[in-house]
Amino acid sequence: MTGTLTLEGVTKQFDTGTVAVREVSLDLAPGDFVTVVGPSGCGKSTLLRLASGLETVTRGTVAVEAASTSYVFQDPTLLEWRSALRNVELVGELRRVPREERRRRALEALELVGLTGFEAQHPRKLSGGMRMRVSLARALVADPDLALFDEPFGALDEITRLQMQTELQKLFQLKGFAGLFITHSVSEAVYLSTRVVVMSGRPGRIVAEIPVPFAYPRPPELRYAPEFAELTGRVSEALGEHS
Amino acid sequence: MTTVEAPTTGLPVEARAVPGRPWWRTALARSLPILAALGGIAVLWYAVTYLVLPADQRFLLPPPHEAYGSALGNGALMGPMLEALGRSAVVALVGLVIAVVLGIGYATVMSQSGWAERVLYPYAVILQTIPILALVPLIGIWLGYAFTARVVVCVIIALFPMISNTLFGLQSASAAAHDLLTLNKASRWQRLVKLQFPAAVPSIFTGLRNAAGLSVIGVIVADFYFQQGAPGIGGLLRTYTLRLQMEALLTAVTLTALFGVVVFSIFAALDKAVVGRWYGGHTR
Ligand SMILES: Nc1ncnc2c1ncn2[C@@H]1O[C@H](COP(=O)(O)OP(=O)(O)OP(=O)(O)O)[C@@H](O)[C@H]1O
Ligand SMILES: [Mg+2]
Repeated sequence: MTGTLTLEGVTKQFDTGTVAVREVSLDLAPGDFVTVVGPSGCGKSTLLRLASGLETVTRGTVAVEAASTSYVFQDPTLLEWRSALRNVELVGELRRVPREERRRRALEALELVGLTGFEAQHPRKLSGGMRMRVSLARALVADPDLALFDEPFGALDEITRLQMQTELQKLFQLKGFAGLFITHSVSEAVYLSTRVVVMSGRPGRIVAEIPVPFAYPRPPELRYAPEFAELTGRVSEALGEHS
Repeated sequence: MTTVEAPTTGLPVEARAVPGRPWWRTALARSLPILAALGGIAVLWYAVTYLVLPADQRFLLPPPHEAYGSALGNGALMGPMLEALGRSAVVALVGLVIAVVLGIGYATVMSQSGWAERVLYPYAVILQTIPILALVPLIGIWLGYAFTARVVVCVIIALFPMISNTLFGLQSASAAAHDLLTLNKASRWQRLVKLQFPAAVPSIFTGLRNAAGLSVIGVIVADFYFQQGAPGIGGLLRTYTLRLQMEALLTAVTLTALFGVVVFSIFAALDKAVVGRWYGGHTR
């Protein structure tokens, strides 16, 4: 595993004049799962787009060391005319992976997210949670060293959301990618990560970095532990002071 | 976790695709309201003939049973009429095929850059806004008054819905879907065949449905004005009009209307069937 991401003094100003992020420095090493929380519109998505290369920085540097990077969007972003399996296979098609191999890997990835038996279903026949699982499978199919997540669970109901969190941290432990995960939810941020990064309101700066010491895999009951509550309290406090 | 989405459409219940129902039954279900409307027209027709027109002017609109009765039984009249309809159908179909190919091609080129779209779109709009009747004499002068000219009229009239619907479809993929392809370093070609074209399929079929209806109108207009060679149904309409053959004229008009309804129903059913399957079954 080689996944690292280094942002140094990154500032992004759009053509419209909006400064979305200001002077952000962030280090992601193999084994890190960093979550970013911050008020709406503070530049979290922009930060992720900069890290992925979808946007270019105005100032500063972005360095990515990863054979393969994946990106999970806020919406599942599935191609509606493709079955779940073919949606996951898309990545292999674009990267010109031979047919047999990409099919085998897509089936594996779907199994990993618990969708065995639903390979042939089109997105319209899947529930919101299942669609997001397909999206996760698509992100994992290329065995990423670096995985970027833009509030992937934000639109899910609370029960599905907790379930997805539990599964994602298992996958993180299993696959060992370096993860950068955007969220609005403080408890989600703490539950998933090795470190929580708190951003200020726009233009987003990093105002706190709070390490999370719990070992993986993390049981769902961790959420009720006093140490957990103490950490979410600290994150909320940092958020409150700077929004 | 197995919620099935059932988006509602504005269609009447019987027009929705039902699992296991053959396509022709869907087509029939879709044309039923239109057939009912034809029935309404017949009622109106009788009313005008018997209640509005004084007896000495009734020859202007003989009642349906007389109009059709004398025409339908007359082989010497119906034979050439059906032949002419067949010829018109061929012209409309050839025109439609050309319009589909040109329209999809033109829209594809436009979709490749904002610049291409800005340069090329105005031509499509101009083509659409010039009344076809203003172009018909010119087309006749340049291309003669036979098959080619008639096909060209169909193409011109059917082209715009193909272009605009295809372009709309090609541009309908979400920004996130485009980002997904960008992140996986998709080539322009991959973007076109794996994202834009598949996303455009439903719109292309909507365009096809509209273009088919317009192509039928196109061939009748063209037949009407271009009288060289064997006549199409529009040509007969003109002949009957000039000779004041009311029964034949009314029968030909009815035939034309039915032809339009049939073409529209076929393409509407095709649209429905293909688009339903496209999204993995009968969920619409
Ligand atoms: N392409 C763009 N052009 C101009 N301004 C943009 C662009 N993208 C984002 N912005 C602006 O940059 C700011 C930050 O946007 P961003 O989407 O990164 O926020 P966010 O933290 O992800 O918000 P949310 O929590 O609502 O998702 C916003 O004010 C937004 O309007
Ligand atoms: Mg965002």
